[in-house]
Amino acid sequence: MNKVNATASLSPKDYKSDYKPVWCPGCGDFSVLASVTKALAALAVPREDAAIVSGIGCSSRIPAYTNVYGFHGVHGRALAVASGLKIARPDLTVLCMGGDGDGFSIGGNHFLHACRRNVDITYVVMDNQVYGMTKGQASPTTDCEWEGSKLTPYGTGVSTFLPLGVALSAGANFIARSFSGNPNDVAELIAQAIQHPGFSFVEVLSPCVTFRPEQRGWKDIVRPAPAEPTSDPELAGKRLLGDDGFNMGVLYVGNRPAYETPIEAKSIRIAKIERAFSL
Amino acid sequence: MPPDGPAESTVTKAVKRKPRTQTGKARSTAKAASRQTVSIAFTGSGGAGVMTAGQMLLDAAAKAGWYGQMTRSSGPQIRGGEAAAFVRLSSEPVIAPNNVFDIMVAFDWMNIDRFVDEIPLDERSLILSDPEAGEMPAALAKQPAAKADLALATVAKEVPGGRPNMVALGAVSTLIGLSEEKVVAPITKALERKGVDAIRASMAAVKAGRKAVKGARTDYRLPVSIGTDRKERWNISGNEAIGLGALRAGMRFVAAYPITPATEILEWLAPNLEKLDGSMVQAEDELASINMIIGASFGGIPSLTATSGPGLALMMESIGLAVAAEVPIVVVNVQRGGPSTGIPVKSEQSDLNIALYGLHGDAPHIVTAATSITDCFFTAQWSVHLAEALQCPVILMSDQQLGQSRTVADRPKAQPHVAKRLTALPGTEDYNRYALTESGVSPMATPGTPGTTYVADGLEHTERGRPSSQSKDHLAQLDKRARKLETFAFGDHWAEIDGEGETVVLTWGSSTGPALEAAKMVRAQGGKVKVVSLRLLMPAQTDRLEAEVKDAKRILVVEQSHSRQFYRYLRAFYDLPFEPEVFAQPGPLPIRPLQVQTLLTDGQKRS
Ligand SMILES: Cc1ncc(C[n+]2csc(CCOP(=O)(O)OP(=O)(O)O)c2C)c(N)n1
Ligand code: SF4
Repeated sequence: MNKVNATASLSPKDYKSDYKPVWCPGCGDFSVLASVTKALAALAVPREDAAIVSGIGCSSRIPAYTNVYGFHGVHGRALAVASGLKIARPDLTVLCMGGDGDGFSIGGNHFLHACRRNVDITYVVMDNQVYGMTKGQASPTTDCEWEGSKLTPYGTGVSTFLPLGVALSAGANFIARSFSGNPNDVAELIAQAIQHPGFSFVEVLSPCVTFRPEQRGWKDIVRPAPAEPTSDPELAGKRLLGDDGFNMGVLYVGNRPAYETPIEAKSIRIAKIERAFSL
Repeated sequence: MPPDGPAESTVTKAVKRKPRTQTGKARSTAKAASRQTVSIAFTGSGGAGVMTAGQMLLDAAAKAGWYGQMTRSSGPQIRGGEAAAFVRLSSEPVIAPNNVFDIMVAFDWMNIDRFVDEIPLDERSLILSDPEAGEMPAALAKQPAAKADLALATVAKEVPGGRPNMVALGAVSTLIGLSEEKVVAPITKALERKGVDAIRASMAAVKAGRKAVKGARTDYRLPVSIGTDRKERWNISGNEAIGLGALRAGMRFVAAYPITPATEILEWLAPNLEKLDGSMVQAEDELASINMIIGASFGGIPSLTATSGPGLALMMESIGLAVAAEVPIVVVNVQRGGPSTGIPVKSEQSDLNIALYGLHGDAPHIVTAATSITDCFFTAQWSVHLAEALQCPVILMSDQQLGQSRTVADRPKAQPHVAKRLTALPGTEDYNRYALTESGVSPMATPGTPGTTYVADGLEHTERGRPSSQSKDHLAQLDKRARKLETFAFGDHWAEIDGEGETVVLTWGSSTGPALEAAKMVRAQGGKVKVVSLRLLMPAQTDRLEAEVKDAKRILVVEQSHSRQFYRYLRAFYDLPFEPEVFAQPGPLPIRPLQVQTLLTDGQKRS
């Protein structure tokens, strides 16, 4: 998983780039950025051995603000890029980060299959229950009665997506929820997620102060989950589907082995493979 | 003349015939005495073992030193449905489908109407069918071919464990002059796992089939064995050749979603990538496949995906990402009939437009095309090399006709092309991933390299890789990405050029074989023809192609599409000296050499 850098100890600042974020002042994503750099520093992952992959959205801009390898791809496909990278380069610490629209709407299918596939990557979704980048439309996690978008003036009227429950049933191996207003907690959870083998999913409630200003009030609602993490999927399922979305902390810790490609080096020469065609 | 046996069977009587004299100009070179090529169609319903018979015949013929090709045609059924194996054998390399079938063996008449158009027959052809299958359908009965009974089922029943397809194999091998011994090896190889009894039963059925046509006409025979000093030969399909060529170049990561007719590339690559310590992922869809290979390639591993039209359409947005972020990838597109689900099991060259023009934005990319089954090997190897050298996506075009056909051919020449990426050195100061270099190619840092972290971005960016919407950065990067392809020396591989002459055939992909064979026939009659088949479609090698046609008096464009996609492409990118003639035929019927030959000779008469 992550290589530990024994010689130089880096501070969170060392994982930040000098590039100024495009985010609105007060956007929750600022503190997620601070948390991820903190987690990487805490684990002492060498900068060159970490990669952050993202799609499109305000939140997906995050790679450029860090100092590790980054990939800013197209909308909704970040998990596929991250999976390909990790499978081809198992030596790297791969994080995938983005928004709820990117991950659960346009990229929803990849979310399901990334959970199933259980590649050893960490997926951090900055969930603001809105499409920030395109100026405020409803996302899959938006409450069905939210009337703030011109596109759905009477509310979406459709069922709200429950990412953690979906992740559990699809096979994610580590499931946690946090709030950007508590950056130390977020950093701690991301660090745990990185260290846990297989596909780890961290939902970070990250307010969009511009299109969902009421989300500033989240700080008064969030609470630590009332129970210890479980590795019993049945119990976790009950909790995840039953909670109101504001229970924070590690909610499920699975023990499925991570996706592996055959690792035993065979190194057969290609000439030998070719011979099969020879008459 | 065959000797008259004392106990002649009905089959023998019907099949026995004097070699007829030549009729029809199409077959003027196929003299009975020195026949160079023979074509066989096996047809039947599911479980009849049509494909096995075809495969074993090809293998047996290869043993005898003949060249050959087998194409397959099947109905829409997943399993069992009717199928046809088309085998063409020759003492010379087989490069195209035959004009006419010499022998058709029908195991039954189930849905035979679906194949009739694909099995041209003439008065020199022979239809062998099982009387137990009932009356011959009208579409075949009206054909000028000779007809004879071959009681496949009855003969097979007399042999314990015997199967009709092995009886057919025995009969056909005798008719074309293959000794029994040549048939033993493929049977032994194919049935190895089933044990000696299965092998014995099959051999007995083959013997019975041979006996059933004993003393039959001899005019379908190919010359007995070619010399022993021959070059090494391969038995390979186009799809396998793509896989092998890519591995040869150093490709080591594949993510893909199954689709006909590309799936065999994946099936072949899965175990072989593993042998070379590479990996294969079956993705959840083509959106995932393309992005997974982009991720793997960003990680420094040469990567490939394979698909067909519907999958290529899904991948388009992300191929544009690979252009913008400058990530080398190879996307193999094995074309089938389109649009939409179209005709999944049959060939067409109608994805040219999407490969050339399907990307949004100004997105310079490379489009290559294999020119033959064995060239799939070369073109795949070259494509991986190009993608890596130019940090750019390559769309490699093949089609069902090339991909799912199997050839016995001379081993393709070894090629030097390997994946060689310009990478950044550790600790490069002020590393600019998208630096504006003269060639347009800039060093690409591999994750794991200290001191050169950067963000690969599909957003327009500065040299440093920072997002930018400024006109100067956009222009500089557009120029850079275009320059890579404009200044690169693609060398002589841009086209396969055959012959000289004032008549020039312009073609590509699986239409190349029929064009080459037609040109050969025309030359045999004293005509002069040059065939140019384009391997590099994009970037267009304008000067080179124009030089090939500048002295032309006639230009004939040959392609397998309805809307003349290749012709339109030629008109868009090259200054042709005059308006060419166009032979564009949509799939699924293959273009046959005689069609091209007729156009070439008729035209010559006209002028
Ligand atoms: C294929 C495609 N469709 C639509 C868009 C427009 N688009 C950009 S970001 C976005 C939604 C982003 O929402 P989310 O992922 O929740 O991120 P946020 O901006 O809220 O952080 C959309 C629809 C796009 N870039 N690409
Ligand atoms: S629009 Fe919302 S999500 Fe986007 S930067 Fe502004 S506050 Fe953050």
